[in-house]
Amino acid sequence: MSISLSNISKQFGAFKALDNINLEIPEGELVALLGPSGCGKTTLLRIIAGLEQADQGDVFLKGNKVTDQPVKNRQIGFVFQHYVLFRHMTVFDNIAFGLRVKPRKQRPNETEIRDKVHSLLHLVQLDWLHDRFPDQLSGGQRQRIALARALAVEPSVLLLDEPFGALDASVRKDLRLWLRHLHHELNVTSIFVTHDQEEAMEVSSQIVVLNHGKIEQKGTPSEIYDQPQSDFVSRFIGQTNVFRIEDDDHDWLKSTGIIVDDPQGVVAHVRPHNISVEKTADPGNSPVYLKDWQHLGGTIRLELNRDGHNGSATTIYAEMPNEQFKDLALHKGDRVALRIKHAHWFN
Amino acid sequence: MPQSHIMPGFRPALGFTLFYLALIVLIPLSAMLLKTLQLSLDQFWDILTNRRVLTSFKVSFGAALIAAAVAAVLGSVIAWCLVRYLFPGKKIFDALIDLPFALPTAVAGIVLATIYEPKGWIGKWVMEAIGVQIAYKPLGIVFALIFIGLPFVVRTIEPVLQEFDSAMEEAAASLGANRWQAFINIILPNILPAAITGFALAFARGVGEYGSVIFIAGNMPYVSEIVPLLIITKLEQYDYAGATAIGLIMLILSFVLLLSINGLQWWMRRRNGQL
Repeated sequence: MSISLSNISKQFGAFKALDNINLEIPEGELVALLGPSGCGKTTLLRIIAGLEQADQGDVFLKGNKVTDQPVKNRQIGFVFQHYVLFRHMTVFDNIAFGLRVKPRKQRPNETEIRDKVHSLLHLVQLDWLHDRFPDQLSGGQRQRIALARALAVEPSVLLLDEPFGALDASVRKDLRLWLRHLHHELNVTSIFVTHDQEEAMEVSSQIVVLNHGKIEQKGTPSEIYDQPQSDFVSRFIGQTNVFRIEDDDHDWLKSTGIIVDDPQGVVAHVRPHNISVEKTADPGNSPVYLKDWQHLGGTIRLELNRDGHNGSATTIYAEMPNEQFKDLALHKGDRVALRIKHAHWFN
Repeated sequence: MPQSHIMPGFRPALGFTLFYLALIVLIPLSAMLLKTLQLSLDQFWDILTNRRVLTSFKVSFGAALIAAAVAAVLGSVIAWCLVRYLFPGKKIFDALIDLPFALPTAVAGIVLATIYEPKGWIGKWVMEAIGVQIAYKPLGIVFALIFIGLPFVVRTIEPVLQEFDSAMEEAAASLGANRWQAFINIILPNILPAAITGFALAFARGVGEYGSVIFIAGNMPYVSEIVPLLIITKLEQYDYAGATAIGLIMLILSFVLLLSINGLQWWMRRRNGQL
């Protein structure tokens, strides 16, 4: 195990930020710590780094207990959300910093430092910026320099705190893919914190979902998406329609194909793409009509309204491929029939 | 001329600035220059090269430089304490810093002299312990000027430290730097421009300081006589031209020194990529 956490708890005043966290991360993984803001994910990352101390529990890096080690001895690379480059140093000096502060015996000479810095600049594809100051760089460039700086000391684990949080959407998309490729190349065990489930799905090999200081679920992106183990995970990852057996019209749910006679729980979560929409043969009898639709690229998101019996309307989201939607030739206000292909049940 | 400024009021603001500069600074200073011009070049040179005048310049500028340097170091430490730590009585301590601004300088001078004189509370103790007399010696001048200059340093560094992103220290630590390396390489370069501004202010104030110094200096010609005192002495002897000549030289020296400090700052900020 590259990183191992046992019984980590942390309290801020009366607020329990982390509650008995146990986590093992194998060598070479790229793990996303995912959760809503305030769930404790950044605190957990900072505890692994040694920037924060846990009230209880131990941190092991590569099998060594480092709980009482200060951050400078932990051999980690830390990348901050707001880059935190040293403003008064050039890009070159920023990256060289970790090498230059090494104890005299381990410190490489200036030639070796120069080679190392240039190879890192090459790695992050910004060699031409070596004599600039951080204020002269764009956000995406700063974050890549921050990453190069962290990698310079050859850390045994790389920790990234919302690395793309401060960047605009298109830069963020590029950097996500780039980080994934970089990880393939370097294979250093990495954890990054994010509140963006899409980002977690796209970049990581493992996702750890945190909520209220506890681990809700841990697994590959597919496992998290296809087999959410809790109500929270199902709602947080991707979009979900929530049907409560007691609230929703029993007969209507039955007509959509959900098994209501012997339900596996009281709440059914249905992903939008697990709902198929058809033109109804009997428009007078269908409580569901097409209210609006949005183009999401390859798929169309349909916003459907269902009339409840007391006059209230609930919104149901369904998704289908572009072509299929064209073939259906639906118009706003058309009555439709729904079929639910798959549901996750929770209590 | 087309309007090239987004903010309105450029002309009135510039006009006011020039008016103020003329009325308060330039006209009085040129009056001083005119008065000096009543002297012949030989007379001017005689005053300037007078040994008593030269020594007093050495005392004034030397003491002000030393005091400003000490104040810069002490002030940085105090600012650091005030910004970084919580301790009981911090608010009161913070308010005390500004006291030298408000206190009549003569009062400060008398108090300092009483305490640091060879028989005073601290003076006696220092005298016995290491055999050094503070008051009525050039060292006394330095003490008074430190007292006067300290708040300038503290108040210029404080806001810079408050704004300093402490995540930078965390970044340094995560890269393996110990506290000392983080301080020298990261914190110091960031507060140095402010420290130099504080130093320059303390120095400028120290050179011109009169009230607090004359009570503690002893005012011995050739030993602990400061330039402002010499100017007053000349005035009392109705030697107005002589007084303004010394004043003019003092002005030029101060201006050159402050200009070079500004230049140093500009160079540092440029080197640090802030320009």
